[in-house]
Amino acid sequence: MSKEKFNYFIKGDKGKYEVVIGLEVHAQVLSKSKLFSGSPTKFGAAPNNQVSLIDSAFPGMLPVINEECIKQAVRTGLGLNAKINNYSVFDRKNYFYADLPQGYQISQYKHPIVGEGKVLLDMPYGSKEIGIERLHLEQDAGKSIHDMDPSNTYVDLNRSGIALMEIVSKPDLRSPDEVNAYIKKLRSIMRYLGTCDGNMQEGSLRADVNVSVRKEGDKNFGTRCEIKNVNSIKFMQMAIEYEAARQVELIENGKEIDQETRLFDTKKNETRSMRSKEDAHDYRYFPDPDLLPLKLEQKLIDELKKSLPELPDKKKERFIKEYGLNAYEANVLVSEKEISDYYEEVAKLSDKKLAATWMMGDLFAMLNDKGLDISKSPISAKHFAELVQSIKSGEISGRIAKEVFEIMLETGDNPKKIIESKGLKQQSDPKKLEKMISEILSKNKDKVVQYKSGKDKLFGFFVGQVMKSSGGKANPQLTNEILKKLLKG
Amino acid sequence: MSLDKEKIKHVAKLARISVDEAKVDSLTKDLNSIFKFIEQLNELNTEKVEPLTSILNQSLRSRKDEISDGKIREKILKNSPKENEEFFVVPKVVE
Repeated sequence: MSKEKFNYFIKGDKGKYEVVIGLEVHAQVLSKSKLFSGSPTKFGAAPNNQVSLIDSAFPGMLPVINEECIKQAVRTGLGLNAKINNYSVFDRKNYFYADLPQGYQISQYKHPIVGEGKVLLDMPYGSKEIGIERLHLEQDAGKSIHDMDPSNTYVDLNRSGIALMEIVSKPDLRSPDEVNAYIKKLRSIMRYLGTCDGNMQEGSLRADVNVSVRKEGDKNFGTRCEIKNVNSIKFMQMAIEYEAARQVELIENGKEIDQETRLFDTKKNETRSMRSKEDAHDYRYFPDPDLLPLKLEQKLIDELKKSLPELPDKKKERFIKEYGLNAYEANVLVSEKEISDYYEEVAKLSDKKLAATWMMGDLFAMLNDKGLDISKSPISAKHFAELVQSIKSGEISGRIAKEVFEIMLETGDNPKKIIESKGLKQQSDPKKLEKMISEILSKNKDKVVQYKSGKDKLFGFFVGQVMKSSGGKANPQLTNEILKKLLKG
Repeated sequence: MSLDKEKIKHVAKLARISVDEAKVDSLTKDLNSIFKFIEQLNELNTEKVEPLTSILNQSLRSRKDEISDGKIREKILKNSPKENEEFFVVPKVVE
């Protein structure tokens, strides 16, 4: 397979510019209760119903850490091939906002729970390693709602205090496509681990995007801008494209880029400065006096490491080796744990290669069409495997298989039953086929003459006639062979 | 380290403390003398001393991941500047 070359640059009048991107991903930890309180974390509850005195910052309340959140952060760190720090510290990050009742966020600054790691991306131009700078635990803030009242902001603290993992990448990303691949990979790893559900609609995964540009070949980074709180991959990509173009224009006009925090306006498709965040980086961090340093025993880390599930990179390798898939197929089929589970169930019962082709074709198209996850597939893995096997054994043709697939969807019946009751079995008896084809040829003598005098295209016409009179059931390969033989004679 | 008047005003702004212009001078002087006192500690060599986080040898206490709180909306919303059954209501903060 020929590899494409990386080619994402912003073209200015004075040359090509490379875009440098780093992400701070905020991933909500999967846990029943919050990081420092016993309030539930479930999404969609009635406003302010999942709030304790701690989450709303009543005086005299003391935070007590949730041990599961610590384990989830360690698991995620291990999944990112990262160094787990046996010693980490919780700090207070101070700022004022209506949805932050404490006046500070408990976060980790100098001593995060997880240090450097890496994530591998499969890009059309080869595999690329993205460095992870760190992962730390912190509290989420509440939610401000600005559109319920013209002069007031409504605040819901249900989210306040839920555990987040902030995963900071190194500035290794170079295009919107790489950002897309990176977020998907992170999401996939965390979903395999069960540490974050990755649901972007519900805000379980969002990111601050750092963007700068530099002339192609430059060694030094340009001045970066941070685009706050972008909650979909599409918006991240749009924000990067806009922001990179804006910065190139400034540079080309001899202007300076201010290092600042910007927001992405999804309606106008532009980024703009958040002036209120001028002092935003002046957080006056200091160790939270309510919390002692977190010391992790190596034994706990080792135990967690042993209990990790097989992760996408390993699984991909195994799929290639065990099932004879190509890299592309393996990549798609390991992207979600549920997809890989479904595939393995189908592959156990049918032809492994054909199963992959049909899953990635008709099954995915149908799921996509209906907006369903594979776990909600109306066709079970067992039935799907039977269908694949019927194609493999030559019992039905690929074309008929599509028909059977539709009927399976409607009725939920197994393919064997459908093939039998509808008489869809492929006609693979050479004698019967030959008889049918002879009849067709004698009915179309004029066309046969034309074909023999060099009008090769008519071959397709004959095939079409055979399919028509067999109701699509003629074995295509056999039909071709017999047609060729008879047309020669 | 020494603080000038601008720094004092900046820190006051970050902490949302209103400082009377007339008091900035004396505040600057006071804070600087406090800092000077603290700076004396830097004369000590603490290179091989571990930071002390507690005078007792204890580690961070943790709890099991169980739901044990919440559903006290009425109580909590009593602190809202404006009354509402479901939300805290504050002056508009969007830009």
